[in-house]
Amino acid sequence: MKYAYYPGCSLEKNAAAYGDSFKAVTDVLSQELVELEDWNCCGATEYFSLDPLPAYALLARNLALVPPGLTDLVAPCSACYLNLYKTEHHLAERPQLNSDVNAALAEAHLSYKPGTVRVRHALDILVEDVGYAEIALHIKQPLRGLRLVPYYGCFFVRPGGLGSHNPEYPDVLDRLLETLGATTVDFPLKAACCGGHMPQINPETAYGLIYELIATAASREADAIITLCPMCQLNLDVYQAQANDHFGTHHSMPVLYFTQVMGLAFGLSPQAMGFGQEFISAQSILDKLAAPPPPPEEEPKKKPQRSKKALPMPRKIETGQVR
Amino acid sequence: MKTGVYICHCGSNIAGTVDCAEVARWAGELENVAVSRDYKFMCSSTGQELIEKDIQELGVDRVVVASCSPHMHEPTFRGACERAGVNPYMFEMANIREHCSWVHTDKDEATKKAKALVAAAVGRVARHQPLTEKRAPVNKNTLVVGGGVAGIQAALEIANAGYHVYLVEREPSLGGHMAQLDKTFPTLDCSACILTPRIFDAGNHPNITLLSYSEVEKVSGYIGNFRATIRKKARYVNEELCTGCGVCQEKCPKQVVDEVFEAGLGYRKAIYRPFPQAVPKYPVIDRVDCTFFQKGTCKACQKFCPTGAIDFNQQDTLLQVEIGNIILATGYDLFDARRIPQYGYSRFPNVFTSLEFERMTNAAGPTEGKVVLRDGVTTPKTVGIVHCVGSRDLNYNEYCSKVCCMYSLKFAHMVHEKAHAEVYNFYIDMRTPGKGYEEFYHRLMDEGNHFVRGRVASIAEATRYGEPEGKLIVQVEDTLIGEQRRIPVDMVILSAGLEPRHDAQAIARRFGISCSREGWFIEKHPKLDPVATMTDGVFIAGCAQGPRDIPETVAQGAAAAARVLSIIDKGEVLVEAATAIVAEMNCTGCQQCISTCPYTAIEYLADKQKAHVIEALCKGCGTCTAACPSKSISLRHFDDGQLLAEMFGAMEAMFELA
Repeated sequence: MKYAYYPGCSLEKNAAAYGDSFKAVTDVLSQELVELEDWNCCGATEYFSLDPLPAYALLARNLALVPPGLTDLVAPCSACYLNLYKTEHHLAERPQLNSDVNAALAEAHLSYKPGTVRVRHALDILVEDVGYAEIALHIKQPLRGLRLVPYYGCFFVRPGGLGSHNPEYPDVLDRLLETLGATTVDFPLKAACCGGHMPQINPETAYGLIYELIATAASREADAIITLCPMCQLNLDVYQAQANDHFGTHHSMPVLYFTQVMGLAFGLSPQAMGFGQEFISAQSILDKLAAPPPPPEEEPKKKPQRSKKALPMPRKIETGQVR
Repeated sequence: MKTGVYICHCGSNIAGTVDCAEVARWAGELENVAVSRDYKFMCSSTGQELIEKDIQELGVDRVVVASCSPHMHEPTFRGACERAGVNPYMFEMANIREHCSWVHTDKDEATKKAKALVAAAVGRVARHQPLTEKRAPVNKNTLVVGGGVAGIQAALEIANAGYHVYLVEREPSLGGHMAQLDKTFPTLDCSACILTPRIFDAGNHPNITLLSYSEVEKVSGYIGNFRATIRKKARYVNEELCTGCGVCQEKCPKQVVDEVFEAGLGYRKAIYRPFPQAVPKYPVIDRVDCTFFQKGTCKACQKFCPTGAIDFNQQDTLLQVEIGNIILATGYDLFDARRIPQYGYSRFPNVFTSLEFERMTNAAGPTEGKVVLRDGVTTPKTVGIVHCVGSRDLNYNEYCSKVCCMYSLKFAHMVHEKAHAEVYNFYIDMRTPGKGYEEFYHRLMDEGNHFVRGRVASIAEATRYGEPEGKLIVQVEDTLIGEQRRIPVDMVILSAGLEPRHDAQAIARRFGISCSREGWFIEKHPKLDPVATMTDGVFIAGCAQGPRDIPETVAQGAAAAARVLSIIDKGEVLVEAATAIVAEMNCTGCQQCISTCPYTAIEYLADKQKAHVIEALCKGCGTCTAACPSKSISLRHFDDGQLLAEMFGAMEAMFELA
């Protein structure tokens, strides 16, 4: 399928690893991305709280730039995705806002008709349009042996965008990582806040949130946290050292984008996937994958006996059933 | 032909939107109308006397009342006609309340519409024919579906009155959910101790045929004369020979988790009796779990059975019973707490559901009544009880499950008493209406439990800096102090709500009754007819109708029984007079009507090669009249002439008023 593509500013700089790896995996999966010509900033989280109308107009300009013939606009950054999605939605719901925004767009000889563009997240198109089965066909090096934390953050899961997924406890990324051959960790904080812009505003609050995420992942013996948002990656990766200093801990938890590990599974080179750009080195992941597979453990003849007194655990709900 | 027309004000219900006097004046000028009046409440005795007086003094022979829905008062006005000597079928009702005043605001337009509806009824009633309702005898047997406390109560009431009951239970034993419970609120008396004598009585009553491990597959017929097909599932145990000694259960090598009676917290064998006091005492073999049925070898139970009662060749049997009335008391399912993943049930070992906890505190349960964590040995020091799990939540069920506040209080008491633990109740509102219920709440507060008002956001084994490791952290907004709190506990009990049985819709269809949007069975009238349904002869009791506690459930079981007994005592029922009739001259014998009739009320007369309607079975639904290609079936009281007259009446009026 052919998508209009809105990279957003992070993917050009601090999240270049995300941008490069996303383009590479869409290439492997024969999905075409057409970058918007002369796109502009999404306004991040701040602009809406200052003055809504220019904030909407700024975003609507990007929607207006979608080339005719294309219906789906992909934004890999969760903040860009949510802002674009929200704008599209509000323009359709609020006629007055729509006419004000279009009056602004007219100054630049642009216009946007609500309902013509569907805003999509990078993860959404890969799992919904391409699908797990098709992705599985392209795997050259399964991520066997890796224990990964699927971390969604808070923007991606806001209700409305991904109608059928459970906003409290999503599992689309879990299933993708399992498709790639990795073991996923049941992560209770998968939709928790990464701290957003708190490192600049109130560092102590940010460190608390970052600590909780990193320590919980570490307590579950994870090899890496897998994100789908440049903000989450930045906070957990760049400020991990400060959080360690603040609490006197020594965690060293690599934080990667899901497209980076997808690329590895597709047999693409770690350099091309942006490995090495992270603050907390992810070399351990590469070493683990490069190491010869450990000899298969001898199947214990008897299952480890549960204590006779222990009560049975309830059956788990099947993956994908949680709605 | 003299038609009397009566326009009801229904207080201001109709008169607020419709000019009733004007409708009456206008209707007085319609063809065949001898008298036309309006009155404040036609259903009152004075209103009915108006009709009776006009019949006797003016010779009115057809009556139209424009008021509410025929569901409400058609029988009332038909009765008035009959008392004054006019056949009740010479009456027609125009619904100017639900169909007019309640749904419109413009008085002029609503008045016009009311006129048109009255004109339609006047047109129709001119074509009415007198009909006579036939009487049919009532079969004195009753079918009770569901062997929980509601069904047991209903069955015992009827059986004690001297009439026969078929009591059908899906599980191997009577008892239902109440048999699983430990204590009952607010008196804290032992649930099993008060229930088991009733179970025993129901199982041994000479007037009750107990069909456990059985399900009703098919029902046909009508009030007083139903016929049901019941599948008695194979137990693989010969009930004639089995003494209930329990050796088979002891010797069976296959142990599985008991998902039903022990709510997943304990084990049972492949051949099992759910609990020691089970009635009947005979065990059943679960084919799916049994080694012999799955692998072909084992037969340990057979080897050890002292009376040779194990019979692997037993087959399901189908039983036909004839009954006059049916009581459905099929109960509820517990809300599946796994549907709220952020509460961690099935992910964190020490999150339990309410039914699991009932089994845990039960002295006959898997832990012999000890309150312990999932490891089976550790006593919790702090316990959180989360109210409204799956209830009062637009994401799951909007309704309040009614019993959870009280059973949560009971749990808090049990935890306090048995584990001496600190207990946090996380509630939205405490709802404790009932005899002695609020007092129980006060008692629990005095016992020193914490009550935190707010819906729990999440339960997780994920700690912030400085929080104790290895605990479950309950994140909640305490709305009384206006702060977010993170409370570490050892154990969480989820007070899950009550949901309709997963197959409630299918059961409702089988018995010809209807369900609410959620799946609860719908009563005939929510206030004045709470145990009857729209299908005569089918009654409902207990949680199948909506969440309720034990006293209310028992009261309903008894109420349903009383309704059935009054029908049995009367001895006969009136049979629908508006039935289909075949004009044999035109019938080609194609039998299409026979295949479309939902009540199997049409038979084929092979000698004449004609269809024939069995009047006692016909419900007057009209499906056959629509299906008949030669138009040789008509429906009494709904024939083409009557329906066309009704439509012409309405259309002429609308044309005139436009």
